[in-house]
Amino acid sequence: MPLLEIKNLQIEFGSGARAARAVDGVSLSLEAGKTLCLVGESGSGKSVTALSIARLLPSPPARYVGGEVLLEGRDVLKMSSRELRGIRGGAVSYVFQEPGASLNPVFRIGAQIKESLGYHRPAAATDAEVIRLLKLVGIPAPTSRLRNYPHELSGGMQQRVMIAMALASQPKLLVADEPTTALDVTIQAQIIELLADLRQQLGMAVLLITHNLGIVGDLADDVAVMYAGQIVEQGPARDILQRPLHPYSQALIQSVPKLETDVERLTAIPGAVPLPGAFPDGCRFHPRCSRAQGSCSAQAPELDAVPRDRWVRCPLWNASVATQADSQPA
Amino acid sequence: MNLLEIQNLKVHFPVRQRWFGGARECVRAVDDVSFSIAPGETVGLVGESGCGKTTLGRAAIRLIEPTSGRIVFEGEDIAAMNRKELRARRRRFQMIFQDPFGSLDPRRTVSDTIGEALDIHRLVPDATARRRRIEALLKDVGLDPSHAARLPHEFSGGQRQRIGIARALAVEPKLIICDEPVSALDVSVQAQIINLLQDLQRGHGIAYLFVAHDLAVVKHISHRILVMYLGRIVESGEAKEICRSPRHPYTRALLSAVPVVDPDSKRQRILLAGDVPSPIHPPAGCPFHPRCPVAEARCRSEVPPLRYLAPGHQAACHLAK
Repeated sequence: MPLLEIKNLQIEFGSGARAARAVDGVSLSLEAGKTLCLVGESGSGKSVTALSIARLLPSPPARYVGGEVLLEGRDVLKMSSRELRGIRGGAVSYVFQEPGASLNPVFRIGAQIKESLGYHRPAAATDAEVIRLLKLVGIPAPTSRLRNYPHELSGGMQQRVMIAMALASQPKLLVADEPTTALDVTIQAQIIELLADLRQQLGMAVLLITHNLGIVGDLADDVAVMYAGQIVEQGPARDILQRPLHPYSQALIQSVPKLETDVERLTAIPGAVPLPGAFPDGCRFHPRCSRAQGSCSAQAPELDAVPRDRWVRCPLWNASVATQADSQPA
Repeated sequence: MNLLEIQNLKVHFPVRQRWFGGARECVRAVDDVSFSIAPGETVGLVGESGCGKTTLGRAAIRLIEPTSGRIVFEGEDIAAMNRKELRARRRRFQMIFQDPFGSLDPRRTVSDTIGEALDIHRLVPDATARRRRIEALLKDVGLDPSHAARLPHEFSGGQRQRIGIARALAVEPKLIICDEPVSALDVSVQAQIINLLQDLQRGHGIAYLFVAHDLAVVKHISHRILVMYLGRIVESGEAKEICRSPRHPYTRALLSAVPVVDPDSKRQRILLAGDVPSPIHPPAGCPFHPRCPVAEARCRSEVPPLRYLAPGHQAACHLAK
């Protein structure tokens, strides 16, 4: 049994005629100890999907219209608030994008980590355990850092504290929602290395959410690419990064500037992600797709299984592989 | 002639003074920096948070008052000018900011925001010309001219950054300081904005000082790159040359931190320990030595000067060859 299994999840915001479906039929599964990357632009529904794992979306406005979120076989969407409290920051811990905004500015970091310990492992709510956690996330001189306030730490150090806090409950699943987006590239590299390290040491599963495909390769076992509330491509990370099949995944990879190659012009994806409630008919990506045909605007494609354990929501994927092979002799 | 020439620029910020007279401490945010920008050229400025790159960018057009040094713009030293003289020249150099959410007034429409620059510098004779000019500017940056009456909150992050660019373009500047203009954007939108900046440079012959922390982005857009660490330039040279054969260990570490999509790329990652040290008490000798993987005894005592290692390629490292 997988640790996490999301089945056909549907989430709407608002109600009645103005309801906007932000997540539309997402299915994911994550085995214990593995890493899954959820990739997509802002507004693709990836954070909403991630927040639903511990039912963190305020409801209303959010409504879980359909589907299941099975955590160790139990449906989170049907849990009582008492059960949920055990899950939140317990079996599932979150690390968010802006560590500065997630930490409480008026408490010392030691006290904040201890609070998390107090909820989930009261017996271990000691300075010694806090110091062990700080050491685990690579904070130098943890004994004196204990008494620091968040503003006395740099962004990278703050993110390490957030990770320490998330680890306090010994979670089985760590959800990292854009953990490095607000950080410098050098610090970003440190945090990614730390996450890879911790996963190995502690054997926890990681759900990493990012818009930057560059950080996926170091960490992910599997990748799911989201667009406009749906998964458009899913499969083993290496295969997707090296041979993306969906035009959207290809465009995302091409839009990253690369050090190794010199190009005159970056391949940007024209336009912007459509808003929930205003998704185009047919394939939701077709207005921005460079390979769109007449049929793309008429019929909504299904997520099809393709060889080697992959899934693609584009009926033209065969053709797209052919053109890719032409343009990029690997 | 160079468009902008910065000579020995220093920006020091005083911090708290001791109660009983002790020596006054200061943050040396920019410490003795010299560089130049040619017309129509893009110079990239990279470094980590806290290295002084934003301060340098702002001081270069006197949005922050420099402590000392010369800023020669089109042959005139703007560091020595009074407010009135400076104001007359402000339309020659403009700025684009990092946060497209924080840098636009939420209560003013797009046409108010762009039109203000036109009004201040009296660039349009009447209301019709003003409206036409704003529409043309919006079209230039890839926005729908009919959106001129909208407010900033009606736009996405990428579109807001385009508004910021249109505002800067309104006064037909020769130089635009771009302070992390794409760091807050998604990769797909980032590519759109970079392409737009390059198109505008080709069309209008604008020079950019492009400040960012991601070397892959900087390399793509820049002709030359300056690498900054603790208020000093530690390496400078042609963009491709610096990325192909970096001479300073800090540049090498920055390059190795750039995320790479291909999981099989054979790249050795040099992880820098810790953060940038405090600019109030910078380390003695080479400011990079506490984090440097190749530091020697001499690095702890002697400050390495910026020296030429190849034509047009300078680095400040005792060990660089």
